[in-house]
Amino acid sequence: MAPAPQTLFDKVWQRHEVSAGNADCPAVLYIDLHLIHEVTSPQAFTVLRERGLRVRRPELTLATMDHSIPTLTAQVFGGAPIALDSAARQVRALERNCAEFAVELLGLTHRERGIVHIIGPELGLTQPGKTIVCGDSHTSTHGALGALAFGIGSTEVAHVLATQCLLQRKPRALAVNVSGSLRAGVSAKDLILAIIARLGVSGGTGHVIEYRGETIRALDMDERMTVCNMSIEAGARAGLVAPDETTYAYLAGRPRTPRGDDWQRALAAWRELPSDPGARFDREVHIDADGIEPMITYGTNPGMAIPISGSVPERPGDAALARALSYMGLSAGQPIREQRVNVVFIGSCTNARLSDLRAAASLLRGRRIASGLRMLVVPGSQQVKRQAEAEGLDRVFLEAGAEWRESGCSMCLGMNGDVVGRGEYAVSTSNRNFEGRQGSGARTLLASPLTAAASAVRGRVTDPRELM
Amino acid sequence: MQPFTSLSSRTLVLPASNIDTDQIIPARFLTTTTRSGLGRHLFADWRYQPDGTPRADFALNQPGASACRILVTGRNFGCGSSREHAPWALLDFGVRAVVSSEIADIFKSNALKNGLLPVIVDEPTSAWLIAHPGAEITLDVARSLLTRPDGTAVNFPLEPFARHCLLRGLDELDYLLERSGEIEAFERRA
Repeated sequence: MAPAPQTLFDKVWQRHEVSAGNADCPAVLYIDLHLIHEVTSPQAFTVLRERGLRVRRPELTLATMDHSIPTLTAQVFGGAPIALDSAARQVRALERNCAEFAVELLGLTHRERGIVHIIGPELGLTQPGKTIVCGDSHTSTHGALGALAFGIGSTEVAHVLATQCLLQRKPRALAVNVSGSLRAGVSAKDLILAIIARLGVSGGTGHVIEYRGETIRALDMDERMTVCNMSIEAGARAGLVAPDETTYAYLAGRPRTPRGDDWQRALAAWRELPSDPGARFDREVHIDADGIEPMITYGTNPGMAIPISGSVPERPGDAALARALSYMGLSAGQPIREQRVNVVFIGSCTNARLSDLRAAASLLRGRRIASGLRMLVVPGSQQVKRQAEAEGLDRVFLEAGAEWRESGCSMCLGMNGDVVGRGEYAVSTSNRNFEGRQGSGARTLLASPLTAAASAVRGRVTDPRELM
Repeated sequence: MQPFTSLSSRTLVLPASNIDTDQIIPARFLTTTTRSGLGRHLFADWRYQPDGTPRADFALNQPGASACRILVTGRNFGCGSSREHAPWALLDFGVRAVVSSEIADIFKSNALKNGLLPVIVDEPTSAWLIAHPGAEITLDVARSLLTRPDGTAVNFPLEPFARHCLLRGLDELDYLLERSGEIEAFERRA
């Protein structure tokens, strides 16, 4: 009898089972790549120290700094002290922990440093078929290359450091099939916001998503990463896209991909990974890309998104909506276009790759941001920053009146002092519009780099197609 | 970890749905390198005015709140960031169990690793609990049973392995370390 057809997720999972789960015990899952950063790793190293344990496979572990570090050049390279003492302590703790446990660190001034989910693919460490974890929920980003990648807590960071394994129950499989073509001015960010609006913020709970269909196949790698990045905003721990020629072309020649015969062997193995015809998913959802408009959020979770031509929903008696609108200072029925904007943030692991910066710059070239508006552009990595500067994108942003920073998570979560003020409206290319996410009392509207840039020019929420 | 067999307590109720971990503990309090002392930042932006004074109408600021060991919330509690600081802050405040009709995956996993019991109940039970703040309920880990003050009881799902670890106060890391032979064998095969 032929073996049962398997999904991409089934294959990656099965190949990493040290022991399969049973009714009494979860599976022991082997982890191929463990990424760590300064905010969720210190407590894990404390566990190792308390118990006299070593890092089992330091060569499968890579550390960097992104969450709490400054983005001001003077504090990164200029010798000025890190303004936040607590952040400086986390930086020093990670340096000390990596030295003591022999873990490679791409530290504050390293030329390959960046947001952890941007540098993994950029370095070619993220590869099809790998299991990848990090103490950060947006680890789902790496699934864009056909890896099974998910966020974990600090206790699990300690488990992986000590054993290179995790105890896991296998999640269910959800296929999100997307057909049709994205229209001009509509980006991968709009697609994933539309998908989350459809699934709801807990629609993917307990599932791993595979994004499938002609629309997904037509996306480039940066776009696939934007889509997979926000899987967690639908509650799914992981999101994957099957590897294909786009994936292999992206990976070829990157610093940490296999070389020569090893590359050929890797390629042959990767070609076996896509879901078999007839493979069964526990659930399937269909999305028509043709009808998607630029999307923007109006509320306090990423599922509260509407087309940019739309109005804030009116649902009398919906307490959650009323609460969100009260926080946001928006009225039911109000057209979202024309809402005034105080801050625009281009950055984060969702939308701070070179193509995102190019998109934003394409609308800002020869234009100025609105008077009184603050715009922060934070590249996803130092490599993205250098590439952008080589193309002159930094000049476009600076001449438009925006700030151009060193890489990091920055205003996505406001840990490092890059925050949106109380009551201010920010159009942000990041991933979360939760209350206070970008600063206490900050009001976040999530959108694409194109929409963010257009809104910066007008000082109001703006459909980017009006400026294209 | 301390063994967790059963818990009886009055409930604290936060009726909102989709309470994300940024609400449980805002990111600006994650610049710590330890696990302790986070309870004072629990729900900081809901609990305190911008000037730092407590909001009198918030559940955690009510008299007797600090004695409550069970938090009842609307559905999809703990969504968003993977920060384990969220269960650490709840435990440091004194909460030992969270009851909701849905609990986000990463939060649930983090909670169990710290002896914080995630209890998922059906919508009617959840609605009753939300409508009765301060109700004295009992959670029995061995039988996966939530009992209301009038004696009616409902089962809640709990992985056999998680139950085993909770009842005996076991640490998953010990279990994984005991499997080093299998892990080595896997590495040789791979």
